[in-house]
Amino acid sequence: MLSFLQGFWVILKHTFRKRETVLYPEEKIYLPPRFRGRIILSRDPDGAERCVACHLCSSVCPVDCIALQAAEDETGRRYPEFFRINFSRCILCGFCEEACPTAAIQLTPDFEMAEYLRENLVYEKEDLLISGPGKYPGYNFYKVAGLAVGGKDKGDGENEETPVDVHGLLP
Amino acid sequence: MILKHVLIVIGVLGGAMSASAGLVWLERRLLAVWQDRYGPNRVGPFGLLQVAADGIKMFFKEDWVPPFADKPVFILAPVLAMVTALLSFAVLPFAPGIVVADLNIGLLYFLAVVALGVFGIALGGWSSNNKYALIGAVRGVAQMLSYEVFMGLSLMGVVLIAGTFNLSEIVMAQKHMWNVVPQFPGFVLFTIAGFAETHRTPFDLPEAESELVAGYHTEYSGMKFGLFFVGEYLGVTMTSAMIVILFFGGWMGPFFPPIVWFLGKTFVFICFFILVRAALPRPRYDQLMGYAWKVLLPLSLLNLLVTGAFVVGGYI
Amino acid sequence: MPMDMTEPTNDWVTIHIEGKPFRADKSQNLLHACLALGFDIPHFCWHPALGSMGACRLCAVKRFRDDQDTQGEIIMSCMTPVSEGLSISIHDPEAAEFRAAVIGWLMINHPHDCPVCDEGGECHLQDMTVMTGHAAREYRFKKRTHRNQDLGPFINHEMNRCIQCYRCVRFYRNIAGGRDLNVFGAHDHLYFGRHENGTLENPFSGNLVEICPTGTFTDKTQKAHNTRSWDLQTAPSVCVHCGLGCNTLPGERYGLLRRMRNRFNSDINGYFLCDRGRFGYEFVNSLRRIRTPLFRTGKESPQVSTDMNQALSSAVGILSNKDRVIGIGSPRASLEANTALRSLVGKDRFHAGFSETENRLMTLIVQIMSDGPVKTGTLKEAAMADAVLVLGEDVTVTAPRLALALRQTVFSHAVRCAERVHLPAWDDVGVREVAQDDKGHLFIATSQPTDLDDAARSCFRGTPDEIVAFGFDVHARLNKARKNQEDLAEPDGMYHSVVTAFQNARRPVVIAGLSSGSEAMIKAAANIARNLAEQGKDVRLIFCVPECNSMGLALLNGKSLESAIDAVNRNLADTVIVLENDLFRRTTSQNAEFFLQKARRVIVLDHLQTRTTAMADLVLPVSTFSEGNGTLVNNEGRAQTYYGVIAPDNSLMESFRVLNRFNGSGPDDPSTSRNRDAVLQDLAEDLPVFAPLAEPHAPLAFPVPSGKVPRQSFGYSGRTAMNAHVSVHEPRPPEDPDSLLAFSMEGFDGSAPSDLVTRFQAPGWNSVQAVFKHQTEPGGPLLEESSGRCLLFPAEENDASYFDHHDPCEISETELRPVIPLHHLFGSDELSMAAPAVASLAPAPYVALSPSDPLADCDTVFLSFNDETIKVPVKVVKDLPPRAAGIPASVPGMIPGPLPGQCRLSREGQP
Repeated sequence: MLSFLQGFWVILKHTFRKRETVLYPEEKIYLPPRFRGRIILSRDPDGAERCVACHLCSSVCPVDCIALQAAEDETGRRYPEFFRINFSRCILCGFCEEACPTAAIQLTPDFEMAEYLRENLVYEKEDLLISGPGKYPGYNFYKVAGLAVGGKDKGDGENEETPVDVHGLLP
Repeated sequence: MILKHVLIVIGVLGGAMSASAGLVWLERRLLAVWQDRYGPNRVGPFGLLQVAADGIKMFFKEDWVPPFADKPVFILAPVLAMVTALLSFAVLPFAPGIVVADLNIGLLYFLAVVALGVFGIALGGWSSNNKYALIGAVRGVAQMLSYEVFMGLSLMGVVLIAGTFNLSEIVMAQKHMWNVVPQFPGFVLFTIAGFAETHRTPFDLPEAESELVAGYHTEYSGMKFGLFFVGEYLGVTMTSAMIVILFFGGWMGPFFPPIVWFLGKTFVFICFFILVRAALPRPRYDQLMGYAWKVLLPLSLLNLLVTGAFVVGGYI
Repeated sequence: MPMDMTEPTNDWVTIHIEGKPFRADKSQNLLHACLALGFDIPHFCWHPALGSMGACRLCAVKRFRDDQDTQGEIIMSCMTPVSEGLSISIHDPEAAEFRAAVIGWLMINHPHDCPVCDEGGECHLQDMTVMTGHAAREYRFKKRTHRNQDLGPFINHEMNRCIQCYRCVRFYRNIAGGRDLNVFGAHDHLYFGRHENGTLENPFSGNLVEICPTGTFTDKTQKAHNTRSWDLQTAPSVCVHCGLGCNTLPGERYGLLRRMRNRFNSDINGYFLCDRGRFGYEFVNSLRRIRTPLFRTGKESPQVSTDMNQALSSAVGILSNKDRVIGIGSPRASLEANTALRSLVGKDRFHAGFSETENRLMTLIVQIMSDGPVKTGTLKEAAMADAVLVLGEDVTVTAPRLALALRQTVFSHAVRCAERVHLPAWDDVGVREVAQDDKGHLFIATSQPTDLDDAARSCFRGTPDEIVAFGFDVHARLNKARKNQEDLAEPDGMYHSVVTAFQNARRPVVIAGLSSGSEAMIKAAANIARNLAEQGKDVRLIFCVPECNSMGLALLNGKSLESAIDAVNRNLADTVIVLENDLFRRTTSQNAEFFLQKARRVIVLDHLQTRTTAMADLVLPVSTFSEGNGTLVNNEGRAQTYYGVIAPDNSLMESFRVLNRFNGSGPDDPSTSRNRDAVLQDLAEDLPVFAPLAEPHAPLAFPVPSGKVPRQSFGYSGRTAMNAHVSVHEPRPPEDPDSLLAFSMEGFDGSAPSDLVTRFQAPGWNSVQAVFKHQTEPGGPLLEESSGRCLLFPAEENDASYFDHHDPCEISETELRPVIPLHHLFGSDELSMAAPAVASLAPAPYVALSPSDPLADCDTVFLSFNDETIKVPVKVVKDLPPRAAGIPASVPGMIPGPLPGQCRLSREGQP
């Protein structure tokens, strides 16, 4: 019985505690850079699209809300012909960012994307693409991939030897 | 005279309804305060219009009757729950002369009407044709039957002291001393029973959302659910008012008009109901039943015996 | 094909794997046996069709001498024969570490480009890396790089990805007989490619895509619209580019056909497809596709687009007088479509759409095949044959996959040689070493040199008439040999070796076809086969038919196109329905134009624009093999079903559905919505030869407790986004009432009959190598193999006699030259020419002359036949009969229409 009264007292004391609630629209909280909000597509340090349309983000997506199609430009560089995220399905799990081998797809600290029409939550590539490298400056996939792409010849990549001369007889 | 009577009836009805609606807001705000939150504070000043928003929402929700339910009973059950809760307001003396029906047997009427409240639960749970609803209803019926027994017995001390079943007279009998002093055990017992009768936390086993989804009103939605909901808050208001009338001198008090005293005291007990909800966990069902029959019933009998002895002995 | 070449000996022994006893076939190597038992051993250079070589060192396991031996020794399982009491461990830590190290070495130079590699996701190297547990490159130094080569429109080369397993050259040189792909350089500078940039010459180069365990060789046509394998909607299909009916696996994404892959079938195509079948698929995406109905009010007014419902109602209006309607079927339309047309117009007014000659030859072939006594053969039987005679057919272009099978007779001969020195068939290098240059007994009699000549023991060259005479001679000499009248001791050129080979053979095969247009050729082949059968040999007779459903159409007993023209000419009919047929390929332009002008109303159903559709009053778009379901009958008389991969919509229906809609009063009429089964049921009741199609189709009887077989993989992505730009509400998956397949990710996930298997995949095996998980043993038939149903059975009792040889009438007019039809793998097939990659390899018009011809020194000559004359360059071809003119069949720019028996050539003329 005494413990009941103690319990009442503890609860009553809370009447004068500081509120934990943040009154959201008037007051905003700090969101860390790794917050999983609105998804963007970044560019590499040279300003070209980072996405190489490998389809890993779409295949790992648990709600299948990413659709894209690969295309190649005249230099052999692969890019997404279209890239669509249906945010009305997206659960912001961040698997796509984890799967992305080129650091192209990233989640940002922005969650304020409410819409009255679901149609407006379908984002195309031009809505997703930002002008900078996002959270991962420096990384440029095509510099380390062993492909001759966009003016980079075989052997020009990082950590590559000059191409083998097939006609050479030296060991 | 008739006009006055009609005004009282309308006033009591309107007052009870709006009080219970306001309670929705009050409970949410108080619970929030005790949980370091704000609660509803967006709709209107201090979120007061939240009730209106909820009401509108409830009215516009789909009024759905499950195809497997027993339709007439399903519709009747929430009405019963609401009406039985309202019925007992008829005998409450709010202030001298402000009472709908000043019956001689007011207290017995109250006990009888409260017992009727079980039908709302029993029929609602039964007609839903859903196992959770049925279990909730069975629990509710058993719980209310068990607690009714000593609820009546715990009040007999008051009756013995006052020598009447008329509630106004019981209030008047406390002119010198509130019944809570000589009848403290009766007060405690009645309060516990009141919680159980209104199936409020910690005795909300009939709806026990963590195990039974929503108990007897699992299948209810829209305004039918709203009737159950309002019925519960009417029960809280009514029980609080009864505690005030029976143990805390009803409308009596200095300086302020009687009705203010009555409402103020009732408000304190309503807040107490909410505090209990914020503080206490729900017991196991067998504990609930065991507590009623093994502890509370003997205690109330003992209380009645001792009070009887005192009254016969002429000490009171 | 080592595994195909040997019949199972059923010599079972007990081996111990991880201490547990298992039964294994003694004729196999250990790797094969372990994979067959369900163990996963990583491997690269071993392939069921290539045999063992021991190059990659990845299939290492540990062998123990006896029970006491705990040390063991590491061996290569692919090079170890199965023997009694063998005790091995696959999961032994040392063996596992060894395998991980092998992968680690291979990955030293592997580029970091899986995200942009088309092989990614179905890569054997990825699978093996995961399986061995290698995770990070620990080598600190730089990566070796290579420059790539341009290998033509089909194959993309990315040499950096190569892991030097040698599979490509072993397939290309040993199996496909190609000479222009080889390995260059030494030590870690090995380079797999051509001596210079250029298109790979071999018509089976596309198989490098599947044989290569990495992304070194990938599909260039797919690269232009790449989609990962898990995102493709796939369904079992049948190739439509020749009459063999190879099984294929097309893949669709976003309504576009993205690629074509081989679908293993032990009887027909096995592991390999020809390049026409693999890369011809792009006609489906062609700009020449008809997407909306076209209608014109009169012969002179232009065609305008209309919508499907309107087009259907105008068609019903045109066809109101049923007595005046004739139908022309097509050998490239499904059996259902032809049947629907036949029942719409009535069997008396149904014309097969074959030319007169083709109709006569096909009827003869059907008669020979159903009279018996010789059975028709599968490609597998052709590869296992110990004596083959090809009579007048260049199979390398008219039935390319058959040519690949015939090339394997060399190897099956080598296997028989190796048996004598107790060398197992799987020891690829050893077997080829034993046989040296000893070829099998393949004899080719054609008018022109063929790509298969190098695999033949000897070749006969002559005009078609001479080849016919040769055939009848062989038959006659076989007769004499039977009666011991032939003196076999005295060699007599080719006759002698052919007759001897056939006398000694157990399983001879005779092959002929339609390409020469000679009836006598077919009779000669039938005679030889019958003769061999009567000698008690297990002989097979294979006829090459030109188109994917030629045989099915022939079985419908339609009249020829010429009789249709005649009917319109004599005003017996005035309304024509042409089903998926370009009449300008079947008859002369003059005839076709006359016919289409003379007919009052012409309705054409087709999926590609042709000269015929351009002259039609009403053109209705219909689906291709990739958009609907249907049945095709291949050259063996095997009816196989193809299932569409592109979800159907209302504007594009299968031909038979469109034709059914012509039938009744409206869409509510039940006869307008008959499904495939109902159509086939009616057919079987009408023509008893089709009875097997009416039996509950094995797949249809097959219980599907958990729903239909899904066309999409469990990894199919983008479901909630792919249509979101149109509507955010996901549509219902399209219905497919005609099949047990669903356009969905969900449904049956057990072991379906092989003709309902939509993809080959197994846990841990995502590449095409996973086929072995669907086989009874690696290289063996598929689990629950059901590859179509045979319609033609040789009669039990037959009293048919040998055909007589009539001497051909001499060409009296000396100006006329005999025509040798020269078919082209890329160019002669109608549909694949709408695929840009294939069309880019088609030849320009030319005329081939023998070096001795008086016109051989001209650059260009004037060629005339079918009342047309064109100027064409001269190509001198050695071995062509003197005076004969080799004319490429149906290539663009050539005089359209079928090739006649004779043509005229002159130095001067007027085109």
